[in-house]
Amino acid sequence: MATKLKNSKTDPNASLKKSLTGITGLDEITGGGLPTGRPTLICGSAGAGKTLFSTEFIIRGAVEFGEPGVIMTFEENIADLEINVASMGFDLKKLQKDGLVRIDYVRVERTEIEETGEYDLDGLFIRLGYAIDSIGARRVMLDTLENLFAGLTNQAILRAELRRLFNWLKEKGVTAVITGEKGDGGLTRQGLEEYVSDCVIVLEHRVTNQISTRLLRVVKYRGSLHGTNEYPFLIDEEGISVLPVTSLLLNNEVSEERVSSGIPALDKMLGGVGFFQGSSILVSGTAGTGKTSIAALFANVSCQQKRRCLYFAFEESPQQIVRNMKSIGVDLTSHISAGLLQMHASRPTLFGLEMHLVAIHKKIKKFKPSVVILDPITNLITIGSVAEVKSILIRLIDYLQSENITVMFTALTLNNIVNEQTDEGVSSLVDAWILVRDVESNGERNRALYIMKSRGMNHSNQVREFVITDHGLDLLDVYLTSDGVLTGSAREAQLLNEAAGAELRTHAVTRKNREIERKKLVLEAKISSLKEEFEGVQEELNKTYLEEDLRKEILEKNRKQLSQQRSNKTKNDTTEKGK
Amino acid sequence: MTQPKKASKKLPAKTKEHKYELRLYIAGNTSKSMTALANLKKYCEEHLVGQYRLEIIDLLLHPQLAAGDQILAIPTLVRKVPVPIRKIIGDLSNEEKVLVGLDIRPAKS
Repeated sequence: MATKLKNSKTDPNASLKKSLTGITGLDEITGGGLPTGRPTLICGSAGAGKTLFSTEFIIRGAVEFGEPGVIMTFEENIADLEINVASMGFDLKKLQKDGLVRIDYVRVERTEIEETGEYDLDGLFIRLGYAIDSIGARRVMLDTLENLFAGLTNQAILRAELRRLFNWLKEKGVTAVITGEKGDGGLTRQGLEEYVSDCVIVLEHRVTNQISTRLLRVVKYRGSLHGTNEYPFLIDEEGISVLPVTSLLLNNEVSEERVSSGIPALDKMLGGVGFFQGSSILVSGTAGTGKTSIAALFANVSCQQKRRCLYFAFEESPQQIVRNMKSIGVDLTSHISAGLLQMHASRPTLFGLEMHLVAIHKKIKKFKPSVVILDPITNLITIGSVAEVKSILIRLIDYLQSENITVMFTALTLNNIVNEQTDEGVSSLVDAWILVRDVESNGERNRALYIMKSRGMNHSNQVREFVITDHGLDLLDVYLTSDGVLTGSAREAQLLNEAAGAELRTHAVTRKNREIERKKLVLEAKISSLKEEFEGVQEELNKTYLEEDLRKEILEKNRKQLSQQRSNKTKNDTTEKGK
Repeated sequence: MTQPKKASKKLPAKTKEHKYELRLYIAGNTSKSMTALANLKKYCEEHLVGQYRLEIIDLLLHPQLAAGDQILAIPTLVRKVPVPIRKIIGDLSNEEKVLVGLDIRPAKS
């Protein structure tokens, strides 16, 4: 009997075919969606999101994948359902008009129904079959079959009929989602899982530390690999998004590209260029050391280079950050209005850690930034343990690296001792770690910055003084003296001291020079007088020489004369004698 | 293929204003449906002669009619008039229950 209902459409080879759900993240976990042509059980306690999940499956199937769907609801009437999904931005009325979705509201009212004797649920089959055939539906949603148990008393018939229903759905070849209320012993109150053996997904709403997290787990997926973890999911104005977190293969593409930190002096410390694109940077420091300023400058420089930046603030509101950054000469408003910068502020306690991660993921996927800033991650610790925060950050960094997005975290260190480990324990994960710390001396507090690590680049090992001015941030050389590191006014004093010393020195030098000049003059005068003296002596000596020569000459002359005269006399004498 | 029952077969009506308007939903000539129909006819002839109108709807032929009366189970007997609407599902084998369900006979105290 009822042969019309049994027109088989299933293809035995299609057992591993999957139907995409269109629900963000779920298709990754299940490796392609729910099993095509088979029923899937969605179970969970009240308010876990079962109806929304299955409705989204139907609507997305109709809208995105061209597979019309039938919604058979036992709980909510059509008008309620339309309103509920309208809040997710789906127009169910239009979909019904276009023949993409058909809704059948099955009301089971116990007070109206009397049971006598044998019956079956062919009426339900016929209604469902009619709805499926009228729009050529490929997907079916049954929400919640368990209401039948409330309306009908003959459990034996009901169970037999349910088994028949699931077989019939399989024969019809429709991909069905069936919701079931969570039960005490089993997954569902009425043990529906015993009929649906192909795929079972459990939704949960868990509250830890007064913060609720929605979780999804694929309990069973026959004939297919699937992620077995509990995945957090988020319900917002765009429906459900599940965060798959199993992609932890360390084989990300890396970039050789470098990005400026926004502080020229810091770039100089980082091999002269800056960070690697797609790297993760941790800026940690004590309170009030300017971590947010560093982050804001980084955002600023990215926007100036027309790179999109997404800024998650967990402490301050965007307006507050924009105002505060104006005081150091950074105008973030222009970037926001240019659409290059998006700021999202949320209190960490708004929802659970996992939800934060999902929310961050979603926003990143939507905005596609090249820089993401989380300021500060420390606050996340208020809603989870260190290990949880770390696992979240690992997954976040992993995701960002796979997308080649540069991320900057700021973290508050609670003590002044330089920790080798930050509170969140992420230091080993990040590629670059910049530490800003207080240096307290001479009754004032100054900031010092240094690079704890920076993978893959030659970076400075120097402690630099970090100053915040009206025009931005700058790094100065720190003065190392015998008294230790000098910063702030001590550095200024040292500078003045040195300037005074230099002045004195130059002064001293000039005086000495003058003295030398004078001495030179004196000596030169002395030299000239000695020279004159020498010349006098020389002249004197020369004079005696001359006189002597002269005398000698004269004497010679005289002698010659005399001898001449004498010879003449003798001659005359001889001549006289000869006469 | 079984020969389905003709839809909306009106049984003889003697007066224009019927005290009872009944609809029996069936799906083909299943044994349950046939039993229910036979039982119903018997009760009506015994207790409601001239006061009722019976419509038989075969959902295999008119599946679109199932939603209107919120039919799940087959066979289902619906008492449209008098209000409130009453539904009796099953093969109607328990006469007492059917009559009480249709408010033909008050429940035994």
